[in-house]
Amino acid sequence: MTSWLASISPPSRRDRWLQWCLRATAWVVGGILLFLLLFLLREAWPVLRDVGLMPLFDDPSWHPTEGRYNLLPMLAGTLYAAVGALLIAAPLGWACAAYAVYFAPRRLAAWLQKLIALAAGIPSVVYGLWGLVVLVPLIAAYQPPGASLIAAVLVLAVMILPTIILLTESALRSVPRELLHGAAALGLGQWGSLRRVVVPAARSGLLAAMVLAAARALGETMAVLMVAGNVVQFPATVWDPIRTLSANIALEMAYAMDHHRAALFASGLVLALLVIALMLMAACLHSPCPARESRRGRWA
Amino acid sequence: MVRAAQRNPSANSVSDRIAGKSLTLAALLVAALILWVVVDVLWQGAGRLSWEFVTTAPSDVGRAGGIAPMLVATMLILAVCLAAATPMAIATAIWLAEFAAAGRALRLSLDVLAGMPSIVFGLFGYVFFVHMLGLGFSILAGGLTLACMVLPVVTRACEESLRALPDGYRLGCAALGVSRAATLWRLQLPAAMPGLAVGIVLGIGRALAETAALLYTSGYVDRMPTSFSDSGRALSIHIFDMSMNVPGGDRGAYGTALVLLVMLIGINAVVFAISTWWSETRLEQA
Repeated sequence: MTSWLASISPPSRRDRWLQWCLRATAWVVGGILLFLLLFLLREAWPVLRDVGLMPLFDDPSWHPTEGRYNLLPMLAGTLYAAVGALLIAAPLGWACAAYAVYFAPRRLAAWLQKLIALAAGIPSVVYGLWGLVVLVPLIAAYQPPGASLIAAVLVLAVMILPTIILLTESALRSVPRELLHGAAALGLGQWGSLRRVVVPAARSGLLAAMVLAAARALGETMAVLMVAGNVVQFPATVWDPIRTLSANIALEMAYAMDHHRAALFASGLVLALLVIALMLMAACLHSPCPARESRRGRWA
Repeated sequence: MVRAAQRNPSANSVSDRIAGKSLTLAALLVAALILWVVVDVLWQGAGRLSWEFVTTAPSDVGRAGGIAPMLVATMLILAVCLAAATPMAIATAIWLAEFAAAGRALRLSLDVLAGMPSIVFGLFGYVFFVHMLGLGFSILAGGLTLACMVLPVVTRACEESLRALPDGYRLGCAALGVSRAATLWRLQLPAAMPGLAVGIVLGIGRALAETAALLYTSGYVDRMPTSFSDSGRALSIHIFDMSMNVPGGDRGAYGTALVLLVMLIGINAVVFAISTWWSETRLEQA
């Protein structure tokens, strides 16, 4: 931006020293992600080397103490729970955000905003507690055992709702007013301009909101651990208990040894890679104008 | 806004009314769900809450007694986390906002890190801090693991607040021959202070809420911690342990959840007040 500043006031020695310190810190912070992945890989390596990659997905079962390391049932559990939660939370979240931005009376919108900000800050373990004490008995009364895929889906859905709503609201607010005025001038009603103008204009933001919420649902550990029942199996119905990858790590890390431990790190690596893929997707969706990203530092 | 369409008489069709009604219904449903969780915690937790509850140690594996050691452990973990994360986050934010020619890779790496599941941070902390650096299951290991976790959130928020400052600050200081270090310290950081505080509060919120990353780093021990190298049980882990592993522990878990919620809301309010006050006084001095 104002990079010509360098020519007006040449950096003093103190300034140059400051710049080096900042650069070094930035390198350390930027390196954390790489460092984290390398450590996961290093700890997962024994099982990848001795057992190989394929047995993690086609062994007959997950009996790590007997050398059977099939992660698929837990991967399926993770995906089912996350996708289910998204199917419930996404339409509800979009509708709520659209209501708050375009339809709600101003005071009610402010109140709703506060409530959602509060919900976004509630620890996942508290959602888990609510699920365990309130939701699971309700489900058990209808269809035992209660701790099940559906319980995980519902708790996750409530948990990711604030994320979806907050991100969707900011996407909706970034739609230029001119588009809406144009729509109104053309005689489009509220619903018409929402569906034909706002949603297409904010599409990338809406999708990014969903992808980020999906990443959160995939990685969630505690809330799911508390309500999902934690049986390693492919669920036949939504009433069956499941175990997710993250819950498996939390449950077994305490006593895992050797290859079992390495297999848990491998499942952590799988989770990390899934999330990286989703975050890269969200980043692509979020930067429609790459020119903005490559702006020069002001003092560089 | 879409509201403009309301003034258009020909546009108020049946579909508008249906859409308005169903969106209202969805918003009501969302509000009801959130209130259900909040009121449940308030209702069930209030019965357990008392002065003794926050000042005494637990007895009978938590069914009786209080949560004093967990409160202290949580505070210590938070202190370690903030002491490590805040300077690094602010330095990185300054680098990104003021110096970096193209911080694209760094920003992307931070965004990916922000989305990493907390259990992955737990695994990393368990290998790196607990074993490799030999910190053992300790408050130090837990706090440093949390620091890695909140770094991206705090950094991006601080960067935004530095970027929001008008260019005139920089130009004015350059014209006056003020060094960059002095410009940052005297003008830009104080002016951005409310934004920096918001970033730090976001970090505190995430750190206080975290459970999975602490399971295998700061440990489970429910004694009063006496040093940073002691294992300490955070409030969130106490909630988890009480509800899952202690039959009849639900009430204690709800009491702890209420304390945690009140802390989260309280810290938000206090830090906002302090940050406004501080930025005012610093700007007067400068």
